[in-house]
Amino acid sequence: MEVPILKQGAVLIATFQAALSDADLNQLRMGLVQQVVKFRSRAVIVDVTAMDVMDSFASRTLREIAHMIRLRGAETVIVGIQPEVAFAMVQLGLTLEGVATALDLEEGLAYLNEKFKTTS
Amino acid sequence: MSVGEIRVAINSDQDIVSARQKGRAMASELGFSSGDATLIATAISELARNIVSYARKGQITLKGVHGSSRVGIVVIASDDGPGILDIRQALRDGFSTSGSLGLGLPGVRRLMDEFEIDSQPGRGTIVAVKKWRQ
Repeated sequence: MEVPILKQGAVLIATFQAALSDADLNQLRMGLVQQVVKFRSRAVIVDVTAMDVMDSFASRTLREIAHMIRLRGAETVIVGIQPEVAFAMVQLGLTLEGVATALDLEEGLAYLNEKFKTTS
Repeated sequence: MSVGEIRVAINSDQDIVSARQKGRAMASELGFSSGDATLIATAISELARNIVSYARKGQITLKGVHGSSRVGIVVIASDDGPGILDIRQALRDGFSTSGSLGLGLPGVRRLMDEFEIDSQPGRGTIVAVKKWRQ
């Protein structure tokens, strides 16, 4: 299942629609980085509300996405990690260190607006 | 209520998703909370991923267990892959948390209540984990 990527101004929004396989996650990583380049986006929001499980592969891929996008000079915010998923991640010892997170899409956009305001 | 046994063949990364979804469904059917069902699904995802990464193919077996006073779920991951040379090292924490190395086994152990592993180099690996309903 492919993850749709929406462009809203300088921000790209990728919303997970369902559980993703490793191949889907790899495809998302490529797609996001390409589109950040194409649209000269300043930020990416990855909405994982619909994600059933965040295992080691998924969290590593999200970390990699954030790091690649940072190398392009843009910012990544992961939004919508469900409480149960967060609990399982902590038990498993997974972290998203160095990656911004926000409660939901709205909070993620607010965070970016604030950030852009102070930097520009 | 009887929940039987489900076997999921693990041959590709797509099967990882299918195994954890079946595990979550079985856990819900057995009356686990949705939080615990997520822990179980996460453990299944890690175990199934080990099969794909290291053995290429294997099987996940899901079973409901009905003890005298409690209900639980058993997840058995088995493969005929290369096996684990040093089980003690594979179970050591910190060896796996980066996600790039190691098998994530210490994490799986923390997600579940009981954990057993049997592996010999060249003979494959069996990991059996159990979680009891609260």
